[in-house]
Amino acid sequence: MAERLSVGPVTPRRIAFAEPLPLAAGTALPHWELVYETYGTLNAAKSNAILVCHALSGHHHVAGWYADAPQNVGWWDNMIGPGKPIDTDRFFVVGVNNLGGCHGSTGPATTNPATGQPWGADFPVVTVSDWVQAQARLADALGIDAWAAVVGGSLGGMQALQWAIDLPSRVRHALVIAAAPKLTAENIAFNDVARQAILTDPEFHGGHFYRHGTRPTRGLRLARMLGHITYLSDDQMAAKFGRKRRPDAGSYGFGVEFEIESYLRYQGDKFAGWFDANTYLLMTKALDYFDPAQPYGDDLAAALAQARAGFLVVSFSTDWRFSPARSREIVNALVKNHQQVSYAEIASPHGHDGFLMEDPYYHTVVAAYLRNITT
Amino acid sequence: MTHPLKRPDFDVIAGWMKPGERVLDLGCGEGELLMLLAARGLRGWGIERDPGHVLAAVENGINVIQSNLEAGLAGFEDDAFDHVVLSRTLQTMRHTQQILAEMLRVGREAVVSFPNFAYWKNRMAVLNGRMPVSEDLPYQWYDTPNVRFFTMLDFESLCAEMGIVIRDRQVLDERGALITEEPNFLGSLAVYRIGRGG
Repeated sequence: MAERLSVGPVTPRRIAFAEPLPLAAGTALPHWELVYETYGTLNAAKSNAILVCHALSGHHHVAGWYADAPQNVGWWDNMIGPGKPIDTDRFFVVGVNNLGGCHGSTGPATTNPATGQPWGADFPVVTVSDWVQAQARLADALGIDAWAAVVGGSLGGMQALQWAIDLPSRVRHALVIAAAPKLTAENIAFNDVARQAILTDPEFHGGHFYRHGTRPTRGLRLARMLGHITYLSDDQMAAKFGRKRRPDAGSYGFGVEFEIESYLRYQGDKFAGWFDANTYLLMTKALDYFDPAQPYGDDLAAALAQARAGFLVVSFSTDWRFSPARSREIVNALVKNHQQVSYAEIASPHGHDGFLMEDPYYHTVVAAYLRNITT
Repeated sequence: MTHPLKRPDFDVIAGWMKPGERVLDLGCGEGELLMLLAARGLRGWGIERDPGHVLAAVENGINVIQSNLEAGLAGFEDDAFDHVVLSRTLQTMRHTQQILAEMLRVGREAVVSFPNFAYWKNRMAVLNGRMPVSEDLPYQWYDTPNVRFFTMLDFESLCAEMGIVIRDRQVLDERGALITEEPNFLGSLAVYRIGRGG
């Protein structure tokens, strides 16, 4: 995978924090660890650092590949690298696996020091604000007072927004991509069906499936199939699958018949094979709770008033999970406050997943915005 | 929309604004006017529909919001801006009255510039049986983005009908020189500063 524009082989790092992290839920994590990766070089002034926040199923492996697994390319490798929109020749880029995740940071599969058993369902529900505080501790450890930019798509974009609100002096720019200022009832409804699929799987064992040597793969598979539908657009599904049938399809039965069924089942199986069901529950709950305007009388402009960052907000035309109108809510609140903001609406057939795709207009806008950031 | 390199109307527009004021530029293109105003100490935001122009405006460090003006200015608060500018764009819009009303809702005052269809050369062209093509109307009839063709008198009559007050008016010829005599005959481009009546 010796791609010309890749950051090349990368190595994840682990950092342990002995200072407890207070959580929105009222409890605290006594001892916790984060797994992260960095690309590029931190300058002497430590003013060229960009934090990349991940979405529901993402992690710290954002760009490059692993020497022992060259096919394992970072999930946003098309965006990050030398000469790419998030240019590692210029910026020091940090990817981090959030608390509650299943890629090495402290999460439900980690041993609970109180019991000596995996946390499982007892792992505290973490919020976007909690993640921001945890990421800030990582910034402290790296000697980064203020990020040149915090960047994220979907749930990652929500973290960028929360950063700008919670720690205004530590974020110079926020790139909020394919996000929303809060979930709608419909968004929460989809998340709850996904959670119910997991919670009602007999192999879930109340979240303590690790000690039973099993995994609720059926529930997790259904959750992912449902979620995956919301990431795509109707147009794209029609173009890619339409009503095409499998060559070996039977009929008047309940087997795999239409191509879309085959595709979704494959995606569900693949995901259920590696993702942690408790993490899925936690991530969807963090989405549901995300509502930075709520402590400010449901006034998003009031919540954003204290932000000092410049903003680039990006949406995708066929995204119905977090539609362009939801991004405009963020833009309108910023304009109301007379804050620095640019907004691009990308014409894309890819639905919510558009933020992960390589699109010339999308990528050049991000590149142009970041080029104007002083380091 | 093309944006000719020479924009003498920008000097007129900038002359009506003071440092520290907030400006919304509708159809801001690559952000030329907002860059000029930023250099003079104003704070600006632009609205632009064309992706190429949005990209250029981002490159120019302008606050640009990708949006279609025909959808109005919903989402922007009343009195959010000191000035709302619509330069050389009104003639390309279908919802003429709606955008004028919206500009004076979100802005304390508005600036509108447009090619004057009654400019003598345009009249000559029509008298000679052809649609006018000039510095300020640089399109053929079959490729023009303009959908409304109107004169200074037409615009002033619409303002009166809508209760809009004309606070200032500058008229330029094709070379960008100020016209004072017979503006609706000698003026190729009209620039108005307007406000709410009453």
